[in-house]
Amino acid sequence: MGNILEVKNVVKKYGDYVALNEVSLTVPKGSIYGLLGPNGAGKTSLIRIINQITMPDSGEIILDGEKLSAKHIQHIGYLPEERGLYKSMKVGEQCLYLAQMKGLSKAEAKKQLEYWFERLGIQGWWNKKIQELSKGMAQKVQFVVCVLHKPKLLIFDEPFSGFDPVNANIIKDEILELRNQGSTIIFSTHRMESVEELCDHIALIHKSNKLIEGKLDDIKRKFRTNSFEVGILSDNIEGLMYDITQKFKVGQTNFKSLNNELKLEIQLGNAMPNELLNVLTQRGQVTHFMEKIPSVTDIFIQAVSQ
Amino acid sequence: MSIISLIIKREFVAKVRNKSFIVMTFLSPLLFVGIAAFVGYLSSMKADTKRVAIHDETGLFVNEFLTLNKKNSEYKYYDLSPIDVKFLKDSITNENFEGLLYIPRVSNDKDLENKIQFISNESPSISFIENVQVIIAKKLTKDNFEKAKLDTLAIKNAQAKVNISLAKASGEQSLKGLNEIKIAIGGAFGYLIMMFIIIYGNMVMRSVIEEKTNRIVEIIISSVKPFQLMMGKIIGTSLAGLLQFFIWAILGLAFMFAASAFLGIDASPTAKIPPDVVLAAHQEFAGTAQMYIKELWGLPIATILISFVIYFIGGYFLYSSFYASIGAAVDNETDSQQFLLPIIMPLVLAVYIGFFTVINDPHGTVATVFSMIPLTSPIVMLMRIPFGVPWWQLAISITLLFGTFFFVVWFAAKIYRVGILMYGKKPTWRELYKWLKY
Repeated sequence: MGNILEVKNVVKKYGDYVALNEVSLTVPKGSIYGLLGPNGAGKTSLIRIINQITMPDSGEIILDGEKLSAKHIQHIGYLPEERGLYKSMKVGEQCLYLAQMKGLSKAEAKKQLEYWFERLGIQGWWNKKIQELSKGMAQKVQFVVCVLHKPKLLIFDEPFSGFDPVNANIIKDEILELRNQGSTIIFSTHRMESVEELCDHIALIHKSNKLIEGKLDDIKRKFRTNSFEVGILSDNIEGLMYDITQKFKVGQTNFKSLNNELKLEIQLGNAMPNELLNVLTQRGQVTHFMEKIPSVTDIFIQAVSQ
Repeated sequence: MSIISLIIKREFVAKVRNKSFIVMTFLSPLLFVGIAAFVGYLSSMKADTKRVAIHDETGLFVNEFLTLNKKNSEYKYYDLSPIDVKFLKDSITNENFEGLLYIPRVSNDKDLENKIQFISNESPSISFIENVQVIIAKKLTKDNFEKAKLDTLAIKNAQAKVNISLAKASGEQSLKGLNEIKIAIGGAFGYLIMMFIIIYGNMVMRSVIEEKTNRIVEIIISSVKPFQLMMGKIIGTSLAGLLQFFIWAILGLAFMFAASAFLGIDASPTAKIPPDVVLAAHQEFAGTAQMYIKELWGLPIATILISFVIYFIGGYFLYSSFYASIGAAVDNETDSQQFLLPIIMPLVLAVYIGFFTVINDPHGTVATVFSMIPLTSPIVMLMRIPFGVPWWQLAISITLLFGTFFFVVWFAAKIYRVGILMYGKKPTWRELYKWLKY
């Protein structure tokens, strides 16, 4: 499988302010790609360049093997962070208009719209004006507008903000379904935890620079600290602590459990997990033993400090 | 369908479907006609006859006024000379008199020139007083002639009357007062352009601000170029405006037919006036009117209409590009004021120049220069055209207008492109300049 999108050394300046500094990204086909970073990192600037809303000062974008050009507009679906529709226009007309702008014929747009409206259970909205809908309802309409031309690449800027949990789940499932049908998804968000479970690839952006990029698992492996969370029921805590601290670094931790056990975070250094287990089993009953996997936020904080 | 025509269509439909458009289109002509009809009705209403008391101690003038009573005049005169002046002064209001014309007895007739009084509680109309003055002066002059034993007929014959007629070098005759008609025609077209620019330019601006505050603009410009969006918006809005004018023109014609039918019935009361007077007046009027009509046909009507369309398109596009970029630069209409002033100024200036300078000196330096400057040329040149403008001036003016138009569109599109994605801050002029370089 090739790459759907390659961003090569893109630079974007607004006056003296550098919004993107030689940023390069590679988004594999069929992936769910998280573009992560705090507010003001340059995510939206990059997305706008990919959407050809603005032009980069230098660098190039390759979409599905071709240099990005006007004809690619219809292959990209974009849900901006700031959502909005024409308030006084009817839902149906508005969707038709926006779909036609993406290059769909009127008939094709209508067919797709009927499919999506039925799928999301919003058939009755066709003749309603946007101003009559609630914010969450309007967001559903906007989601339809974003996906209805069957784009190869879908870009969601802060995708789940503004949705209630039920609708957020519906949208999440629809997005996964679209991925299964062959679309590639880019999530851009500053709430890194919110997309962690969905993404298989991520890039971390910070202060106009890309920090890290790659498969999420690879990155996590790279940033693992060989630490374990341990829960143990022991009669002789002092002896236990003595044994452990001889060999390993120990810290306090907390996790949910039903026992009243001792909870520790133990850093193994170069040792293997079994060495720790051996020590533990001699001193008590192990109730919890799990490798501490760094969250994306942890990785981000570490990467920034490096 | 190409994308730009899609945008034009949407803008057009959105404008035309808007309730305020429908109300404006159909209500404002009604309002206009209604006001005109109301004013017409008021002025056609027969004013109440006003009673004027005359106390003429000289006895010289009272008959002059009493003969006026035979005519169907607004004022009715009563000879109350036998009654005491003091008593009259006190009772004019009670007796429902408009006022008292008091002509005192004087030893020397010369003193009459400034001894006559009109006594009333409310100040009388100026035209009435002037009229009275003329009547008395005429009588006095006549008496003076007779006292001096002058032959009034000889004097009348000796009085010369001069009437200078206007003609062009090409030999055609012109009429006095035609300049006023010319400026009225040019002015009407120029004013129309100004109104259209302000109303529809504002509409373009509001529509841009709406898209910006709706935040839909980001979705749209991920599909189309900002330039396409801007041009689509300007063209779509102008089409809605043209439709509105078209409807007004049709309604106007319909009302004119209706009005002329109505007036045709209304004209019958003139028959009460002795026929010979009417005939004479009519012939005189008809002669002049025919000459005016002939003159009007002699105006470069084709040039006026064609240049109206050209200047209309050029001027409207030029200004609405400004309006569009202002809309893109600000977040709400209130913030737009500081940028709107420099746009309105040249328009107002152009109208002033049109009505003050062009009418006095249609081919003077000021008028010529401002009919070349693109920001004022659509209005000033249109006002000059009825007076005849050399074709080379027209050519320069139009070239300049469209040259500037393309430059301004380029410049506006740049501000527009940056501005529509900028939120939250009120831009300064310096910032707008910076955007040009993004």
